[in-house]
Amino acid sequence: MTSTAIEAQGRFNLKKSRSVRFMLFGVAGVMLLAVTQTFAKTPTSDITSSGTWSIAVAWSIPILMAGLGGIFSERAGVVNIGLEGMMIVGTWAGAVGTILVDPWFGLVLAAAAGSIGGLIMAVATVSFQVDHIIAGVAINVLAVGTRYGSDLFFPKYGGSITQSPTLTAPATFDIPLLGPMFRAIEDKAWFLVSDVAGILGGFFIHTTWFTLALIALVPFSTWVLWRTAFGLRLRSAGEHPIAADSLGVSVYKYKYYGVVISGALAGVGGGFLSVVLTGIYKEGQTVGKGFIGIATMLFGNYHPVGTAGGALLFGFAETLRLRDPAAPHGLILGIAIVLGLALLYYLIKRNWKRVTVVGLVFALMAWTYATTTSVIPEIPKITPHIAVLVVLLFFSARLRPPAADGIPYRRGDH
Amino acid sequence: MLTRIKYTLAAPGIALLAAVLFSSVILLATGVSPIEAFLNMAEYGSRGVTLVAVVNRSIPFFLSGIAVAIGFKMNLFNIGVEGQYIFAAIVAAKVGSSVDLPAPLQITLILATAMTVGALWSGLAGVMKTSRGVHEVISTIMLNAIAVAGATAFLLRRWSVQGDGQSLETKLPEIAESGWFPVLFTVDNGRVGLSSFIFVAIAVGVVFHLFIGRTRWGYDLRATGISATSAESSGVNPKRTVILAMVLSGAVAGLIGMTELLTFEHNYNLRFIQGMGFTGIAVALLGRNNLVGIAVSAFVFAWLDVASGVLEVRGDAPRAVVGLMTGVVILAAVISYAVIERKRADEELRTASDAIKEVAT
Repeated sequence: MTSTAIEAQGRFNLKKSRSVRFMLFGVAGVMLLAVTQTFAKTPTSDITSSGTWSIAVAWSIPILMAGLGGIFSERAGVVNIGLEGMMIVGTWAGAVGTILVDPWFGLVLAAAAGSIGGLIMAVATVSFQVDHIIAGVAINVLAVGTRYGSDLFFPKYGGSITQSPTLTAPATFDIPLLGPMFRAIEDKAWFLVSDVAGILGGFFIHTTWFTLALIALVPFSTWVLWRTAFGLRLRSAGEHPIAADSLGVSVYKYKYYGVVISGALAGVGGGFLSVVLTGIYKEGQTVGKGFIGIATMLFGNYHPVGTAGGALLFGFAETLRLRDPAAPHGLILGIAIVLGLALLYYLIKRNWKRVTVVGLVFALMAWTYATTTSVIPEIPKITPHIAVLVVLLFFSARLRPPAADGIPYRRGDH
Repeated sequence: MLTRIKYTLAAPGIALLAAVLFSSVILLATGVSPIEAFLNMAEYGSRGVTLVAVVNRSIPFFLSGIAVAIGFKMNLFNIGVEGQYIFAAIVAAKVGSSVDLPAPLQITLILATAMTVGALWSGLAGVMKTSRGVHEVISTIMLNAIAVAGATAFLLRRWSVQGDGQSLETKLPEIAESGWFPVLFTVDNGRVGLSSFIFVAIAVGVVFHLFIGRTRWGYDLRATGISATSAESSGVNPKRTVILAMVLSGAVAGLIGMTELLTFEHNYNLRFIQGMGFTGIAVALLGRNNLVGIAVSAFVFAWLDVASGVLEVRGDAPRAVVGLMTGVVILAAVISYAVIERKRADEELRTASDAIKEVAT
């Protein structure tokens, strides 16, 4: 078999497994939402509306950026727990840049600030071979020091020690043709079709140039990592640094690239959060989005496309907190349906251990749904975090991390 | 012996020096005199009343450091100490205010409740790791958010009383007096007193030291930390060790909030002290996971925390500079530990090869 034939076959298999699986996941997800929407006992028009999904898309961007950052870093072999800290610095720098010049400058400054965080991380982990998790934790502690910068800067512009003044928000617009088209279909209220249109419409209405540019980073990162020499070298540093070194790849340099790019992405994500999404910098406003980004990276098995899917899921969970308070209650029905199907599956498979566990949770969910009409107000706040745990419980066992991920590499030690 | 002391003290020394230098540069760059700021802190920080407050603050820092160190000993990262102690504190406050037993029973009940809640919450992360391979860093961070923004917020709303109608403050009822830890002595006309909870902290420290150094389980923990594979092949059950470490870490974490709860506040309220868990990570890292190191670094961080209070009052150096210093201390400490560790290994290698050469000739 020639090398091109092997490559072609590999590509075919990859496409088959990944794309088909994602499409199946997607279709199942939309059906579930549509069913929930239609049959929920408290009326929720919001679960599949384009309005909700445009917010979900926007709120998924910071998480997506952290996830992409995680991919660049971990593909180069550095576990980056410091993403949260780099994102925090990004939220701050984004606000500063917006106040000084405009939102564009804010996001550039956010990326620069994040990449400085990445650089510090790289110095510690690559040059000094500090344990990656410890270094990441240290970066997160260091990021708390941004309060010093806030204290000096924001009060002069009408803010306070913990928050900036309101920032000038960038303009939002609907994409011509596609936006109105999906809206029209959505308004017909056809079961499933309108729901799909609502979700897709979310990508095309109330968007900003920033949103579109950052979404474009998903295919771009995929291309860089899998179709360029740079990407191959970067990944080789994370898979087998000794072999890469022996072939003349400067492993240290590519690890530096990976971690610094990772910091820049997390920083942009933070800047997007403060400048575009909320229009204000507030201390602690990331509430763990950097870590949630790491979870989406695991959900996507270190690949940008799957990571984007995961980010959208978390963006949606975030949206429920911001929109209709009845929607989370409807989702209990959705979860109960999923669990019911899983229960059926395990019954057929006669996996009694799983039947017990799933059955218990199913009963709990069904009972909760039947006896209540709303969820306690704390639940929407922690939905993303619970979702992370659920995702990890299901996906951790199937991960295929880069072979040398998280192992400090010292040249000449082997 | 002398070289050992040199190596032990070098890293924290470098770290503190780096932090002082870095924050001086930052202060200078923003037009504040660092010398004045540090002199202010030194003067205020050496008063008796401040030192008592520092020791009080060191107690939770120390316990938090111990809780984190138990995990670190076997390369297990319990980042969830924060959520564990806050969750434990509110449940313990509820139990303590619901019953009124004789003092020994009351105290035992409250402390046991706190330790159990902490242990269960961290044990959850342990079970997720051993049964489904979920990395403890992410699971404990998520459990932090679920404990603080979810469970504790919900319970505070559910259990709170509106007091005598005068204050609108959301708080739990007061704990029965038999469960209080009194102050040992007071300074400055009774304004500040030393919490007797310090004895519990000392006991926990001693038990930690003996457990890690003198018991089989402690040995298993350390062996797993040094080499998981060789520990496993020598008969250590890795799953059980992970859960054991998480549960013990969470149990100690449960005690962190008790100084505040049982000596000073006597009830759980909205102002309940936060952030102790994250500082514990810093304390354990700087203290190199051993008893004396943790005690000293708990004191250092507590001193920075308390003494920096003067910066707001006197001079124009923002207090937030201490947050920056903490970050630099940690970063500089972990880097210099890594460098020194490598240097020491190289030196050992050199000594050994010299000795072999000598024997050979």
